[in-house]
Amino acid sequence: MLELRNVSKYYNIGTVNEMCLFKNFNLTINDGEFISVVGSNGSGKTSMLNIICGSIDVDSGAILLNGDDITNRKEYKRLQKIGRVFQNPAMGTCGDMTILENLSIADNKGMSYNLTKGIQKKRISYYKEMLSELNLGLEDKLNVKVGALSGGQRQALALLMSTMTPIDFLILDEHTAALDPKTAEINMQLTDRLVREKGVTTIMVTHNLRYAVEYGDRLIMMHEGKAILDKSGEEKNGTKVEDVLDIFNEISVESGN
Amino acid sequence: MILILLSVLEQGMIYAIMALGIYITYKILDFPDLTVDGSFPLGAAVAAVMISKDVNPLLTLPVCFLVGAVIGVCTGLIHVKLKVRDLLSGIIMMTALYTAELRVAGRANLPFYNKTTIFDNDVVDSVFPETLEKYKTVLIILLIVLAVKYILDWYLHTKSGYILRAVGDNEAIVTAMAVDKGKIKIIGLSIANGLVALSGCVYAQQQRFFDVSMGTGTMVIGLASVIIGTSLFQRLTFFRVTSSVIIGSILYKGCVALAIKLGFVSTDLKFITASLFLIILVLGRERKRKVKTDA
Repeated sequence: MLELRNVSKYYNIGTVNEMCLFKNFNLTINDGEFISVVGSNGSGKTSMLNIICGSIDVDSGAILLNGDDITNRKEYKRLQKIGRVFQNPAMGTCGDMTILENLSIADNKGMSYNLTKGIQKKRISYYKEMLSELNLGLEDKLNVKVGALSGGQRQALALLMSTMTPIDFLILDEHTAALDPKTAEINMQLTDRLVREKGVTTIMVTHNLRYAVEYGDRLIMMHEGKAILDKSGEEKNGTKVEDVLDIFNEISVESGN
Repeated sequence: MILILLSVLEQGMIYAIMALGIYITYKILDFPDLTVDGSFPLGAAVAAVMISKDVNPLLTLPVCFLVGAVIGVCTGLIHVKLKVRDLLSGIIMMTALYTAELRVAGRANLPFYNKTTIFDNDVVDSVFPETLEKYKTVLIILLIVLAVKYILDWYLHTKSGYILRAVGDNEAIVTAMAVDKGKIKIIGLSIANGLVALSGCVYAQQQRFFDVSMGTGTMVIGLASVIIGTSLFQRLTFFRVTSSVIIGSILYKGCVALAIKLGFVSTDLKFITASLFLIILVLGRERKRKVKTDA
């Protein structure tokens, strides 16, 4: 279980541009949940993910993971049990390294990066099997540099890499936003399959309302640093894209967009 | 003619060890590390002092590597822990090292002509027959360079080597693998400066003296070698990149020797070094543009 307790975050403190992003923000994420988060630009979606991962510090409040206070724990230490996929497909893979090298690095997450051989030959067949399930033909390109792949292929690889080792959380930051509709669909289905298979707690930020409604079992809408909508279970299942869009339009009119 | 060729090969291969270090910082870590202008002559100074004190010359190699490695760790700590920009961290270390060199050597110039070096000792003399006397220096250097190359090739294919390559490619992925990217940068800088100091150590023994001005332009020579090597041979996939850098370094020394042969005097050396580097940088860019328009 992950808890954000009374979290506050300001930008440009003490200047005329001071901006309050979160003020006493509270959120509880239960184990095994698949949460979709929607909201307009600047509503605090990505900042929330950054706060959870430790990419940005909070000004006050606490972040608790299974009861442990991890507010001051360094980003790289938190990521031991968190997998993260970014909007930009280039962020989740190493372009100058081959698919095999990338997978080998990801396979070793949580263990020591020591002076033993980088590639373990006996794992190759496992990698191939995993890649062939993607149906993108990547299993025959093990020695191709990742930089030569398309955005969709890179993102699928990034997804695989972030879920290869046992993790408690999967964080998806608009991970289909940079892809064309068809590729986005393929990646979204892959995401759903991986999340269900591994039963990992997932937080997905998306601008695609249909994905937000169709996938996941809890829906949160963020606006000006608050969760103005939080539906789960039966309530969430009954929600339609139109309903979400209506609320979206309402708040947009309010804030003058 | 054969003498010039030998001298080009000797110096080219000695500088190749340094260029391999620069390959790690510049190409792999994407860190313009000016520390090398200080760690190269520091390696030379340490070697000069050890040789003058009749220490076993073989010992100079690991000692100088370690000294360079410690210097690299210092640059890394300044950059990572004190959050000083990469270029400035190197400049700070380079400046401070100037004093370190003078302190170690005791003076600005330290010759050691009749001492036992890695090129001149009983073992070497007994192995090489009289007829090969002329080639013994170049052969010993070749041996050292190949050893460094194979160790580096091996290292870059270990898990540690993979994560080192990843940190220069995409820092986010290293953090995502729950690894402290700062630590990896420090490791990279330490290996790189270790190699540079080792190169300075071999250079001093080949020249048979230490001079405090030895290090000026080390960075430029190393970068030029890396750029020549990697852009000339980038399409030959069977060629390890480490081999390309070594050949790049030899070619670069060849160009400088050619310029001298064409009538420049040795005082023009640094000017030639700088001009050649500029030409290589511009030509390297031209090539890149062409590749892009082809595609």
